[in-house]
Amino acid sequence: MPEMRLLDAIRLAMYEEMKRDERVMVLGEDVGVKGGVFGATDGFYAEFGAARVLDTPLAESLIVGSAVGMAVNGLIPIAEIQFSDFIYPAFNQIVSEAARMRYRSNGAFGCPITIRAPYGGGIEVHGGLYHSQSVEAFFSHVPGLKVVTPYTPHDAKGLLKAAIRDPDPVLFLEHKRLYRSIRGEVPDEDYTVPIGKAAVRRQGTTLSIFAYGQMLHESLRAAEQVAGEAIDAEVIDLRTLRPLDVETILESVRKTSKAMIVYEDNRFMGFGAEVSAIIAEEAFEALDGPIVRIASLDVPAVPYADTLAAAFIPNAERIAAAARRLAAY
Amino acid sequence: MPVEIKLPQLGESIHEGTIARWLKKPGDRVEKYESLVEITTDKVNVEMPSPFAGVLTEQLVAEGETRPVGSPIALIETGAVGVVVVGAPAAQTVHAVPGPAGSDESPPARPAPPAVTAGLASAAASVPAKTAGGARLSPLVRKLAEEHQVPAAVLETLPGTGAGGRITKEDLLQYLAGLGTAAPAPPQAGDEVVKLSPIRRSIGQRMAQSKREIPHAYGVIEVDMSAVVAWREAHKDAWRRDGIPLTYTAFFVRAACEALRVFPIVNASWSDEGIVLHRAIHIGIGIAIDDGLVVPVIHNADQASLAGVARGLEDLSRRARAGRLGLEDIQGGTFTITNPGVFGSIWSMPIIVPGQAAILATDAIVKRAVVRDDAIAIRPMMHLGLSFDHRIFDGAVAVQFMNRMKQWFEEFRDGR
Amino acid sequence: MATREAKTKISATRHEALGLSADDLLAMYYHVALARALDERMWILQRAGMVPFVISGQGHEGAQVGVMWATDRQRDWLVPFYRSLAACLVRGMTPRDLMLGLFARRDDPSSGGRQMPAHWADPRHRILSTSSPVGTQYLHAAGIAYAAKVRGTGEVCVTSIGEGGTSQGDWHEAMNFAGVHKLPVIFIVENNRYAISVPVKLQMAVKDVADRAAGYGFPGVVVDGSDVLACYAAGKEAVRRARAGEGPTLVECKVERLTAHSSEDSQEKYRPTNDIEVPRSIDPLVVFKHYLEQVGVMDEARYTEIHGRIKAVVTDATDYAEALPMADPATVTRHVFYEG
Repeated sequence: MPEMRLLDAIRLAMYEEMKRDERVMVLGEDVGVKGGVFGATDGFYAEFGAARVLDTPLAESLIVGSAVGMAVNGLIPIAEIQFSDFIYPAFNQIVSEAARMRYRSNGAFGCPITIRAPYGGGIEVHGGLYHSQSVEAFFSHVPGLKVVTPYTPHDAKGLLKAAIRDPDPVLFLEHKRLYRSIRGEVPDEDYTVPIGKAAVRRQGTTLSIFAYGQMLHESLRAAEQVAGEAIDAEVIDLRTLRPLDVETILESVRKTSKAMIVYEDNRFMGFGAEVSAIIAEEAFEALDGPIVRIASLDVPAVPYADTLAAAFIPNAERIAAAARRLAAY
Repeated sequence: MPVEIKLPQLGESIHEGTIARWLKKPGDRVEKYESLVEITTDKVNVEMPSPFAGVLTEQLVAEGETRPVGSPIALIETGAVGVVVVGAPAAQTVHAVPGPAGSDESPPARPAPPAVTAGLASAAASVPAKTAGGARLSPLVRKLAEEHQVPAAVLETLPGTGAGGRITKEDLLQYLAGLGTAAPAPPQAGDEVVKLSPIRRSIGQRMAQSKREIPHAYGVIEVDMSAVVAWREAHKDAWRRDGIPLTYTAFFVRAACEALRVFPIVNASWSDEGIVLHRAIHIGIGIAIDDGLVVPVIHNADQASLAGVARGLEDLSRRARAGRLGLEDIQGGTFTITNPGVFGSIWSMPIIVPGQAAILATDAIVKRAVVRDDAIAIRPMMHLGLSFDHRIFDGAVAVQFMNRMKQWFEEFRDGR
Repeated sequence: MATREAKTKISATRHEALGLSADDLLAMYYHVALARALDERMWILQRAGMVPFVISGQGHEGAQVGVMWATDRQRDWLVPFYRSLAACLVRGMTPRDLMLGLFARRDDPSSGGRQMPAHWADPRHRILSTSSPVGTQYLHAAGIAYAAKVRGTGEVCVTSIGEGGTSQGDWHEAMNFAGVHKLPVIFIVENNRYAISVPVKLQMAVKDVADRAAGYGFPGVVVDGSDVLACYAAGKEAVRRARAGEGPTLVECKVERLTAHSSEDSQEKYRPTNDIEVPRSIDPLVVFKHYLEQVGVMDEARYTEIHGRIKAVVTDATDYAEALPMADPATVTRHVFYEG
């Protein structure tokens, strides 16, 4: 089984799907000859041609809106939004059009599109306010849209294939910091990872940490930091934010009785609020401590300077400190 | 019967309308959809068509007067039988239609889970939300207290180890465990008494004796089983062809023997005369059988190869399950290994077999994310848990002993 | 504009030059008149308090029937907007289908009672479901046309919008993309001079919306929307270009809005009386009937027969839809995602 980076696994998933099914195509800014600003479609142009590897004008609403039409008429488009920070011009097309197409037509029309969007910041990203944002809370709110964000290369390939084959629109969020920092074994064979299932990355008994993307990485580091202090943290990779794997979340909380949610987005009304509410509603009597959210500050950032970025985004040390407080509660 | 015509809902957020002009007089014939009355609102001004054909019998509202939406404004004699109400709000006309009458009363598609509020109410009735000291009780502690009928007075005096003296789940469980030995709940109607089998009685006596006499202490470490898992995967089929089932337990026994040789204090017994260090290494293996647990012994386990241990284990477990163990098979153990991992346990603290210094629990091998060279890697990990007699040795030895095993596992190579 | 002068002599060969027979003319007239009759009934039902809302296509019917008549009704796509009642009839939706949507009945083929009236859709007739924010549908049409081109299906996609929607970014993005790739798409703009209440002079600095097509590298044509045959001619040429791989055409039909924006609107507040009254004299229904009389296709007997038939069809559709049950509340959670 070859070992590869997250970015390579994403590229491989698209490559295999385009080989498998000629209806599959990619479109977006710079996806063609350049192969994408991160290289996710590197070599596709030469292999599959300009019609299936479509360089679009610089217009995000066009990228998603035309993909809706392409999907209606028999293609399976993978639309790339170059940075998730640029997704807002397409917000209406995603929320009001793609996600509502099936419901508003009473099931008559579907919208099998995948929207890939690199997201997230941090001191190694140097993206500043407009190349670092976490956008999952806006989109996880929308019925009719699936929202996925992988952590391991194995999942990246399997989940992206599942997204491409999904008959409904999927927003596939890729954390930029994981692109080249995470390596893992990726099977050669054709496989999918089901959308809607979380993964227990570390089993534990003291408390449960729910996270995804880069914050899952930080949470796993934090769990190791406190492991020597008789704090045995369970760390769960949510992977799919919608539909959310509520069963796995509740099962873990019922075992540990304590829950933390870690996310990189601003804290207020972020994804952790929903996880927290679900736990409070469905597992109230299993709780032996307050539900804790660890998230970024409620300022309109991510800031560019390393010092500011570090002060803005949670890290393993901050998560570990919160875990110690919760364990002692 | 006359039909009542109501002031229609002429637009979103329109709540009232003014009769500007009647276009029909009482006694006039009105065709269906023929204009009946001019209505003005603050949003639109319209001629209202009659929803029915008939004769206008009465104007109920004079010109210039304003009425809320839904107010009757006229009566029309249609010649139809029965009372029909038409006009706004529009949805009301639905009731004249066969089919989903009353459908607005249908329950939502996904009803809220029932009985939650009832449960909360009963818990709140008998368990205080706070202790006398003012520390908050968590939902879980309140629920446990409710289930076990812990009196409020007890909760108020129970010492808490949580932040600010809060009573934690563990505090309450510990309290309840103490209660259990002191005063078991008497059998009540509907309870069932299962007679003690000889083996159950024996296990009960020996375990209680052990916990009574031996001050147990515990240590747990984590082992990366990659090397062992890989080697076993590569060889188990070949071994099976030779008739040897290559179980993980065989590896555990071999590793324990290596460590016991280095730390003879772990292969020992407590006596009033002193600590007896055993020269021979006889390893007991906990084996679950139908009605309990037996602990047959591999004698001189340190003299056997991996294949020898595997063969011995196979023989013992087969005979244990068939009930054919002899007295000599279960006597003379100097150290015991129990493997709750086969049932999926990931963290175990077993009870020491009386007469021995320690018992080792091997837990399930689980794939986990661990840090290797500052990167996250997925590895098959296992906990080793040692329960030991703190009279015989201390925690440092316990951990060193397990670390010796850990080293053996993690550096496992062909030919051992 | 010749057709607006009642006394102007019209060559009897005008429709023949376009390849249309007398039967074609009568069928086209039937659709214009049927759309109008259905539309008027919808207003009555709303004013009588029997349905909550109506939005209208009155005044736009001639343009819609003319352009749509030039398309292949089996193969081509329609991405409509909320005034496309006549266009949907031409594409094959029935008066009953449209009334089911107005009454939000269970069997409403457009949305099962989920959308407001006038959001028509039907996969059987290749009419795509649309939303209420205007402009979005233009991008879907461009995407459909892109797929048609890549897959080599020969399909043409027609989409419509009012001139108000042409101020949206999506409209421009779609025009630009379609121009770049020479897509087989026809962009119809039904310019009725008002975006609800905002007059065209506050919407754009150009005289015609069609002027903008040059900026995207394809032709824009202006056509009198009350002249059904002129609209047919424009549609025919646009279809020819699309099918031949020559790319998109912007067809701007100058139409009049004969009603308020919707049943929620009171146009007397912003529209001078003569601006409301005068357009009725250039009503496409009247103008087209006049042409048919001049060329001897329409006479009193035929007129009575056609309008009698239409009245029966409209009454049948109303009674049929009214008698059916409302959308079943048990279906409210259905079709969020694919259900197999």
